[in-house]
Amino acid sequence: MTSPEPQTSYHGQPVLKPPVWTWEVPAYFFVGGTSGMSGVLALGSLAGEDSLLLTRGLLWVALVGALVSPVLLILDLGRPARFLNMLRVFKWRSAMSLGVWTLIAFTSCAGTSVLLFEGYAVLVRELGVAAELVTVALSTAIALTAVFGALLATYTGVLLGASAIPVWAANRALLPLHFGVAGLGSAASLAVLLAGDSTPLLLLLAAAAAVETLLLIKNEVSGRGRVVLAPLRRGSGATRLRIATLLMGPVALAGLMIGAAELSALAFLAGSLLSRYAWLALGRESARDPRAVL
Amino acid sequence: MAIGDGLASNNQRRHLYVEQQVTVGFFTDPTLCIGCKACEVACKEHNALPHDGFVFTAMSYDNTGALGASSYRHVKFVEETALAPDAPPGFLFLSDVCKHCERAGCLEACPTGAIVRTEVGGVFVQDDICNGCGYCVVSCPFGVIDRRQGPVPGAGGAHKCTFCYDRQKDGLVPACAKTCPTESIQFGPLSELRERAEARRQTLLDRGIAGVSVYDPSSVGGIHALFLTVGDGARFGLPSSPEVPTTHLRAAWSSALLTSLFAIVASALAFWGAGP
Ligand code: SF4
Ligand code: SF4
Repeated sequence: MTSPEPQTSYHGQPVLKPPVWTWEVPAYFFVGGTSGMSGVLALGSLAGEDSLLLTRGLLWVALVGALVSPVLLILDLGRPARFLNMLRVFKWRSAMSLGVWTLIAFTSCAGTSVLLFEGYAVLVRELGVAAELVTVALSTAIALTAVFGALLATYTGVLLGASAIPVWAANRALLPLHFGVAGLGSAASLAVLLAGDSTPLLLLLAAAAAVETLLLIKNEVSGRGRVVLAPLRRGSGATRLRIATLLMGPVALAGLMIGAAELSALAFLAGSLLSRYAWLALGRESARDPRAVL
Repeated sequence: MAIGDGLASNNQRRHLYVEQQVTVGFFTDPTLCIGCKACEVACKEHNALPHDGFVFTAMSYDNTGALGASSYRHVKFVEETALAPDAPPGFLFLSDVCKHCERAGCLEACPTGAIVRTEVGGVFVQDDICNGCGYCVVSCPFGVIDRRQGPVPGAGGAHKCTFCYDRQKDGLVPACAKTCPTESIQFGPLSELRERAEARRQTLLDRGIAGVSVYDPSSVGGIHALFLTVGDGARFGLPSSPEVPTTHLRAAWSSALLTSLFAIVASALAFWGAGP
């Protein structure tokens, strides 16, 4: 009598369901991250001198991103016409619910900032509102844009991390950092491309590229042999993530060193976009592997 | 004990569990299941579920494959060499179903409040609220709930076992349990079923069947659809220690908040430092 193979899964079938999300979701992670962190840069730029034009541009990027984001999210819904149901409840324990409310807060603040910024002259000169008042309101609006923007860029990591997909859950602490820094670097990169390079933007881009380089190294050296992290080692998700972090990290850094700021910015943006797709692919692969949960 | 109780069995009697707010459950026992898939059929029939395509999975006699948006019961065919030392080789069939977790990942994740807990403790998707965001799909540690792909009725929304909430409100037993010819699926008050499951485990152990255990993972606070397993639970595709995804929230949000702070400070410093 032959003794059969030990059965360590149900006929090798997956236990978990793969994410049903399509291209819109990673695209939203990218747009939300970039525009959210543009809000952060807008606040930062208030600390610099002579950067009002940059502040204005950053606020516009934040607003445009904030308006594109819900379109992407709604497109991905199974029942797009019911998108307003997202606003039925507020749930602390649902990262998706908090994310939707963060997006709404961010859009409101970015919209208010742009309105106050563009309407400053009209408000002060023609309507006679005290200039101090408008300035205070504008600064407050920009500060709030920055706070909600930073949350918008990082909560997407929480969204994936607090899920049942093993490779996402195992990276719950890393993902918000990874996505947030990718957002910060993308915002700086976009500003470099649109408004030309300046020291603070290049500094921030360099910082983001440095962090992503560290994350790339960490990914390569740690976690070997852990079944839950297997999708990070081989497969199309792993390849995409490697290319993405290479572009955001070493390639962007190298570009900065040789003084090719725009090239760096382009590389970082491409890597940042690709990384979100890589994580969705990794999630699909992870869900397919029953060994990770059995 | 339910078997042999005929019409007096919990599986056949009308009940008032919804009115009385009694937490109910299932106890699914693969040592009694004959693999007839009547539960699958009864469920499809009662819930008017679309077919899942006519595919031959080539996995034992299982052509359902997995639980999904239009399969709320799934009879798993596990090939068993021998249940007891002197028994012939055969099959173990396990009719899998939504676990109706005490701490349900799908329910906690749902951003619209479409997924609720019913009076009888079931986890229920309100189809008229669900907008198909798909977050529950990645939040179920058992891979149960899924988004239904069109063009079929209910397309775009997330679906899973309703615990026959509609039937229960009318005092009826869930279709799968009602139809199960061997009462491998038992329906009743959860506390009672926990006792029955334990008694059944003991009986089987006494009969010399090794490795019998009750699947009721405490990592999700217990489940409302208990299973008996024989041998390694992995071969039934039941995770040994399923995690409620929201337990990761603290670590993830800490990272998000720290990263946000880092970004705001870094950006202020970059502009300020490079200033005049
Ligand atoms: S098994 Fe999955 S779908 Fe069923 S209640 Fe638990 S988390 Fe929800
Ligand atoms: S309780 Fe009802 S919906 Fe759930 S598996 Fe049984 S028959 Fe199907």
